[in-house]
Amino acid sequence: MGGKHESANGLKAPISTPTPPAHVSLRPDFFPNLKSLKLKTKQQELLLRVTTLCLVYLLAFIIRLFSVLRYESMIHEFDPYFNYRTTLFLTRHGFYEFWNWFDSESWYPLGRIIGGTLYPGLMVTAAFLYWVLRFLRFAVNIKDVCVLTAPFFASNTTLVAYFFGKEIWDSGCRHRRGRPHRHLPWVHLAVGRRVAVNTGSLAWALGSAFGYFYMVSAWGGYVFIINLVPLYVLVLLITGRYSMRLYVAYCTMYVLGMLLAMQIRFVGFQHVQSGEHMAAMGVFFLMQVFYFLDWVKHLLSDTKLFQDFLRITVTCAVSVGGLALGVGMASGFISPWTGRFYSLLDPTYAKDHIPIIASVSEHQPTAWSSFMFDYHILLFLFPAGLYFCFKRLSDATIFIVMYGLTSLYFAGVMVRLILVATPAVCLISAIAVSATVKNLTTLVRTKSKVIHTGSSKGTASAKTSAKASLDQSLPFQRNGAIALLVGAFYLLSRYATHCTWVTSEAYSSPSIVLAARGAHGGRVIFDDYREAYFWLRQNTPPDAKVMSWWDYGYQITAMGNRTVIVDNNTWNNTHIATVGRAMSSYEDEAYEIMHSLDVDYVLVVFGGVTGYSSDDINKFLWMVRIGGGVFPVIKEPDYLVNGEFRVDKGAAPKMLNCLMYKLCYYRFGELTTEYGKPPGYDRARGVEIGNKDVKLEYLEEAFTTSNWIVRIYKVKPPSNRW
Amino acid sequence: MREVYGLLHHGSGFGFINSFADSFKTPSHCAARTLLSLIIIIIRHGNSKTLAKMGKTLLFRASILLFLLPFLCNSFSPENPTDRRILVLLDDLAIRSSHSIFFNSLKSRGFDLDFKLAEDPKLSLKRYGQYLYDGLILFSPSIKRFGGSLDLASVLEFVDSGHDLIIGADSSASDLIRDIATECGVDFDEASGILYDAAAVVIDHTSYAVSEAEGDHTLIASDDFIQSDVILGEKKIAAPVLFRGIGHSLNAANSLVLKVLSASPSAYSANLKTKLSSPPSLTGSAISLVSVVQARNNARVLLSGSLDLFSNRLFRSAVQKAGTSIKYEKSGNEQFVTELSKWIFHERGHLKAVNVKHHKAGETAEPAMYRINDDLEYSVEIYEWSGTSWKPYVADDVQVQFYMMSPYVLKTLSNDQKGQYYTSFRVPDVYGVFQFKVEYQRLGYTSLSLSKQIPVRPFRHNEYERFITAAYPYYGASFSSMAGFFVFTIIYLYNK
Repeated sequence: MGGKHESANGLKAPISTPTPPAHVSLRPDFFPNLKSLKLKTKQQELLLRVTTLCLVYLLAFIIRLFSVLRYESMIHEFDPYFNYRTTLFLTRHGFYEFWNWFDSESWYPLGRIIGGTLYPGLMVTAAFLYWVLRFLRFAVNIKDVCVLTAPFFASNTTLVAYFFGKEIWDSGCRHRRGRPHRHLPWVHLAVGRRVAVNTGSLAWALGSAFGYFYMVSAWGGYVFIINLVPLYVLVLLITGRYSMRLYVAYCTMYVLGMLLAMQIRFVGFQHVQSGEHMAAMGVFFLMQVFYFLDWVKHLLSDTKLFQDFLRITVTCAVSVGGLALGVGMASGFISPWTGRFYSLLDPTYAKDHIPIIASVSEHQPTAWSSFMFDYHILLFLFPAGLYFCFKRLSDATIFIVMYGLTSLYFAGVMVRLILVATPAVCLISAIAVSATVKNLTTLVRTKSKVIHTGSSKGTASAKTSAKASLDQSLPFQRNGAIALLVGAFYLLSRYATHCTWVTSEAYSSPSIVLAARGAHGGRVIFDDYREAYFWLRQNTPPDAKVMSWWDYGYQITAMGNRTVIVDNNTWNNTHIATVGRAMSSYEDEAYEIMHSLDVDYVLVVFGGVTGYSSDDINKFLWMVRIGGGVFPVIKEPDYLVNGEFRVDKGAAPKMLNCLMYKLCYYRFGELTTEYGKPPGYDRARGVEIGNKDVKLEYLEEAFTTSNWIVRIYKVKPPSNRW
Repeated sequence: MREVYGLLHHGSGFGFINSFADSFKTPSHCAARTLLSLIIIIIRHGNSKTLAKMGKTLLFRASILLFLLPFLCNSFSPENPTDRRILVLLDDLAIRSSHSIFFNSLKSRGFDLDFKLAEDPKLSLKRYGQYLYDGLILFSPSIKRFGGSLDLASVLEFVDSGHDLIIGADSSASDLIRDIATECGVDFDEASGILYDAAAVVIDHTSYAVSEAEGDHTLIASDDFIQSDVILGEKKIAAPVLFRGIGHSLNAANSLVLKVLSASPSAYSANLKTKLSSPPSLTGSAISLVSVVQARNNARVLLSGSLDLFSNRLFRSAVQKAGTSIKYEKSGNEQFVTELSKWIFHERGHLKAVNVKHHKAGETAEPAMYRINDDLEYSVEIYEWSGTSWKPYVADDVQVQFYMMSPYVLKTLSNDQKGQYYTSFRVPDVYGVFQFKVEYQRLGYTSLSLSKQIPVRPFRHNEYERFITAAYPYYGASFSSMAGFFVFTIIYLYNK
């Protein structure tokens, strides 16, 4: 959760800029002056490439600005407020203070060592950009830097992706797509390592180690890379593609990357101690064994002797490795896999064992519709791309295939991992489009006797042209090819439109400001969150402690400037469970819990008036589950009626009297929310509430925002005379 | 406040004002009185030309004082916790004379008593948001409804804003008085609720006061006092206390109410006029005759089931407890009531803690944050109000906690007999937001509850030891492999 800039719903559809290759003939009048200049084909190609890249770069940047332009230049989601707050701290107090920052304003009273529990990459990047801009005498605000870092990196991602694609597919692959998805430029930087394997150069391996380091410093998702790369290497080993290049690249990357990653305090010794990183280490040792065997084979001329030696060595190596792993696990030196990792391998794991992971909406399994929604035609192009990859199997394509398949699997497990899959899907689809279009244009050209330009070269295109000439006997071939080309062009342009639309409609609505259509069709803005945080900031004592569900923790500390009990960094499950327990207990029991935590204010988010559905009542069952996971006195069935979660008259008595219900529905029974409905009609759930006469004994209402979305209660001091 | 006081002293130049002012003990009253006298002086000397200029300055100063008056009138100032102005509400003005010993003892201790009938339509405890009184004595057991703006809620609010209350009830206690008592955690017995004019009274057939005429054993001689020098004074009350009235029980849910005078195990509460058909609900030591409550804000409330307890008659009467041969010339009532009223009106048992300081050992400045394993020193000064001045409080049981959800350090503070309490300890090896907590609750004393939040951070990255002895093999290994690599390179490159 740590190192993301903008997430929460954090998916960004891939965007492509369809630029059909060999389009000189398709758009002749586009560059009339170029023609007059009589550029050579090579030069034309270069110009086109650069222009396309620039356009893609721009588009990638612009497409991320929807939310900024529609609302304002602000951070729109829940989690990034932490990054914002820490970046602010970093720019104000410098790196060392940041590195050693002990934050006493969150996780009261435990506090949080910020420097040791975050991935500092994003903050350092933003602060670095800020400092550079300040040095260049641009008087920028750090907030704007933070807001615009994401689009900037999205643009950079497209560039990286282009070069990556170019590396994988030969230079003939000219089909690139801008892929400004949210915060994964890092993946690409890390993926850059592939280059190293291709060239076997020590310098590139070093570069990829640094890329890996940057990725580790930015996002916990680096675990994916550190497992994907060994898997890839393993596959290469098994398929007999082991080479010196691989050895050099992997060993350098692993050793240096590991050493560098250990410099991040949050990662620390995990590389040698946690189960998640063991695969990389195992493969590293396996490489040594392989190399050793290779060397022995080189020395020994006798095949029989070598076979025996091989058997002994492999047995020894495997047993020693297994023993070491077993001893490490048993002694606790190697920590077992974390719950999040388990839930990736077994999607049902979190649901049964770790409610706090299952409760996050980003961690839900992805629905098919959302694949369709996000990937559009890529979903069909992806298998086609795989086909082309297999057809031209090389080390590079194996990598992209593995990357694509694993990440697609993970994307199916967790919604947020669509992000990880997106680059791979885009690349593979790009390969498909590129190959298809190339074949088609070859067909078109052979018929029209266009002289082959130097653009199609390499064995692949040679093959395709050979194939094309074989198929020349087919009737209407040229027309068919042209039609198909037009069709592809149409599809791609639809795709670009779709992606822009998705980005603007689905992924650019901030969650801090809510927009709705009013009765007369006008846009209504609910700015209740900021209203409430501002109230907290202005009207409560500076050392007041605010209890809320953890979703709002970062925002309360960043915008309200008040101490919170739990926040989005869900590092202490017990503490969150305590809050969950307080929320799901009766008021008097909750009062004791709140008293023990020195809580002064309680903040709840309530959507009953506006029909805002992601409020605390809808999240409530998760509070019960998380609370009940640690404190068995809280039992989920107490809050359900026949397994159904209700808030109306038929609701469970405990539900009707628990703290969360009372705080949300206090005085709500007097309010008529919708014409023609009885007072106390909850618009988010569409029911009339069951307990309209809510009396508070230990808390008092302190503030309710104009649309009732955020309600703040003050915890009363103990009774004076009792 | 002190400054204005001083200004008057030194600036006015009138000696007699000083002496006049000195006759008042508290600055706030003194200020008000002085103001009056100033105005009188100005009027008296108004014609004198020589004094005209002086008068102007005085007027100016007086106007400053007038401006400051609302601030000066704050009761219960931290400087001087003893109450000064007390409102006495009576059923009947005759009580003023029948209970005059008690009232005179209050007056002689410097209290300003304001007697009013409970039905007085102009009754009010506060004006313009300021309380006019520091204490309230309700000697009007039968009142059904107060006059003026006074009611149940305003009396409770008076207590909740830190003021003191004495309630004297008797068998005619009205619902209003009972409700006030109930809100303070005391339930007056109403065994026969139907007949209010003849409620249940405490009867004791073994420890009654022997007298000539009476035979119903409702005049009880009790000597079952609370064991607290702070509440009842150091001098032991030798003679039993005479009590005639209704008993009450303490609400078990209230942890703040204390029995000061309890009935003997043989006492019971019953209605004299009706026949006792069922066992009385309130019996034995469960009956409390006089109770006190010290609220969380240190407001003190005295609840007595007997108004006669305060009366001249019982103050003066001789007492002989049934079954004993000792006959005391004078009952213990006067001593009991006087001492108790001293406690109620904060002449005794009031503590204050000031100058809470903490710092790292060897430093003086208070840090904003500690580091784990820091050595620190903590000190606090505790004083006790003696009725006239603050005296050092000496005790050996004051403890400080270093607290984060539970105490990590619990240390008894040592003191230097001058009110300074101090200790030093090492911050535990745990980071988080800690609190220095002093929770000092002793019977009779106002509760001291100090807490000061202080975060404790872990080591900075450069505060760890650079070289650890246990790690020398690793240092050796890394340096030797560096050297080995270097040698190997040389040999490999130049030794072909």
